[in-house]
Amino acid sequence: METTLLCYILFFPLLGFFINGLVAFFRHDLETACQRYLGWSEEHFFHRSALFSACIGVGVIVLSFLAGICGFVRLIGMAEGGRVLTQTLFPWIHSGSVRLDFALQFDALSAIMVLVVTGVGSLIHIYSVGYMHGDKGFCRYFAYLNLFIFAMLTLVLGKNLLVLFIGWEGVGLASYLLIGFWFTDAEKARAGKKAFITNRVGDFGFILGALLLFALFGTLDCYGINQAAHAAKLPSLYLNLAALLLFVGACGKSAQIPLYVWLPDAMAGPTPVSALIHAATMVTAGVYMVARMSALYFAAPIAMSVVAIIGAATAIFAATIGLVQTDIKKVLAYSTVSQLGYMFLACGVGAPILAIFHLVTHAFFKACLFLGAGSVIHGMGGEQDITKMGGLKHKMPVTCWTFFIATLAIAGFPPLSGFVSKDEILFYAFASKHGSVALWGVAALAALCTSFYMFRLFYLTFLGENRSDHHVYEHVHESPATMKWVLVALAFLSVVGGIIAVPHTMVPFHMPNYLEHWLGTLMHNAELTEAGEHLSSIFIAISVIVAFLGLGIAHAMYGRKSDLAAKMAAKAGCIYRLVLNKYWIDELYTKYIYTPIYKLSETILFQVFDKKCIDGSVNGSGKVCQKISRIALKMQQGDMQFYLLYMVVGLLVLSAVIFFNVVK
Amino acid sequence: MIPLNFLLIVSLILFMVGTLTVLIRRNILMILMGLELMLNAASLLFITYARVLGNLMGQFFTLFIFVVAAVEVGLIIAIVLNIFGLKKSLLTSNFSLMRR
Repeated sequence: METTLLCYILFFPLLGFFINGLVAFFRHDLETACQRYLGWSEEHFFHRSALFSACIGVGVIVLSFLAGICGFVRLIGMAEGGRVLTQTLFPWIHSGSVRLDFALQFDALSAIMVLVVTGVGSLIHIYSVGYMHGDKGFCRYFAYLNLFIFAMLTLVLGKNLLVLFIGWEGVGLASYLLIGFWFTDAEKARAGKKAFITNRVGDFGFILGALLLFALFGTLDCYGINQAAHAAKLPSLYLNLAALLLFVGACGKSAQIPLYVWLPDAMAGPTPVSALIHAATMVTAGVYMVARMSALYFAAPIAMSVVAIIGAATAIFAATIGLVQTDIKKVLAYSTVSQLGYMFLACGVGAPILAIFHLVTHAFFKACLFLGAGSVIHGMGGEQDITKMGGLKHKMPVTCWTFFIATLAIAGFPPLSGFVSKDEILFYAFASKHGSVALWGVAALAALCTSFYMFRLFYLTFLGENRSDHHVYEHVHESPATMKWVLVALAFLSVVGGIIAVPHTMVPFHMPNYLEHWLGTLMHNAELTEAGEHLSSIFIAISVIVAFLGLGIAHAMYGRKSDLAAKMAAKAGCIYRLVLNKYWIDELYTKYIYTPIYKLSETILFQVFDKKCIDGSVNGSGKVCQKISRIALKMQQGDMQFYLLYMVVGLLVLSAVIFFNVVK
Repeated sequence: MIPLNFLLIVSLILFMVGTLTVLIRRNILMILMGLELMLNAASLLFITYARVLGNLMGQFFTLFIFVVAAVEVGLIIAIVLNIFGLKKSLLTSNFSLMRR
């Protein structure tokens, strides 16, 4: 159904971006103007501009959220089969048989994404007001954040892959700007560049995949491609290739092996940014895309297995690195990579609904964890090393308790949201027709690691004795109200979030699976094997045991005063060093990818191709022009009568041509 | 009555003499005369055809050419006087200031 509602969802964040962007851009002019005409002092201006930006920045996102809710309510009111709102903003590419419109689409899947993005986005915007308080770039920060929300909404509302791609690039840009927000620190600016360039590799795959799909099916419309792929009798080689290329894009955006390296470095940005972009929303864009194209993936079995294997591998790989990190944000970053791996595993074993489910619950508890970490960093005056924390429970009780709830959720303790979604994914990894024991085993091991490193983080940060400077500990304080209440809201959501899709095997009484019902017309989970169907209760038991096991190990190593952790580290020597150094992946990339490319560019591409071929041809054509004009110069004598002669000759030639044409 | 061809040939000769004068002579007053000759050649052609075709339009145009020629001479004489005041010469070779 056509509607004009959708552009409002997009329009508000864009408006916020422009207003805040203008304020940030003309800050100095505004400041002098206010000083001269209103008599505001510098400090005065700073506070008022920050207040203005905060109101605009938060307000537009809340408005966008409300617009999203309106759309959602309208979807509920529609008949079950045709729950989709569309809006064509303008015709875009019309050429021959190609018809591409800049069209938006709001269906069941987009609705969930819009609500998560704007809902969690609103909370994080509110939190940012407290967190960024007093920062010089306050207006700039909110401008970027609004730009991000705009791009992310374009991504999830895009009707065809090209509109989706615009959002895809837009979130990459916003991510780059926000990672390098404190760009005067060279390290942080470099992290921004790393994220951007790594994403370019993925984006290249994405656009190739989209073009291949266009060549195959003649359309870029998401529904069209899914239908065509579903009905395709093509040699599935092309379908597999296209699906794999799209997945390369997803790997870049969602930080999967081999393109995950940018996400841990992206923690250089302000913590609310890490929560919003690098945990809750942007990095789930790849999962969203794969789920959106789920019919294509079902038609491409090879690509689907690759997705499952990469997902499981990433889950365990990142989880093991997370075991030994000492930076509070880095632990959470690797945890995010690992959880994204779960989502791809779900897609790969044919359970896109579960991937979306885990996406939603993960958005809640991971945002809560990151914001809790932000609160800790804020309270500790910028300290991020967990070996220098401890005992913060007494100083910041709200942060501690919300963090604890989110930790329980991610570790998979029943009945919190993380348990419901992760357990279902583990179950499908085994019991789905596309699943296997190996996938399940790897994923369960990763779940054990997750439980362990999350409780390790919790113990080291909040419990035990304080290990920081006495002076620092004195000044630790609970965060301001805007931050505190956001934490409480997110903790509440991470407790109850699971309710949207409780599988019927999990509870003895009947409980509707809202999410499966809601997404049912768009996608479906693969069928289960017969053996798997009867085993669900065993899997639930194993999941719970795994979660408690992780807690137990963490308690044994960090809960009591013991040097067990240090002993184990010493004993496991080389493995410990391997994991601590993140498997030397960054160094490997530097040595085998970065350096050769750099050398190739420096010698052949720059010295030979650029300097000789391109510069040569440009300079050469310039020289040829000069030579020719030397000859032509001779005609320019400055003598009027020569010019008249040229005119007469020209007229004669012209009349001769006309004359002979007429005669003929 | 004078045959048509005679008139046409006279007009042609007048035009060519005028053109060559403009192109070859260096004295700016002579160039001006060449221009007048060309205009006269055109006028003659108009008159001729006005008579041959029995159409007054040609004579009408000739009157226009007179007016234009008179205006043109008035203008050009003013320019020539100014140039003479500047350069104390009437030869075009002295005016080639736009040479590279």
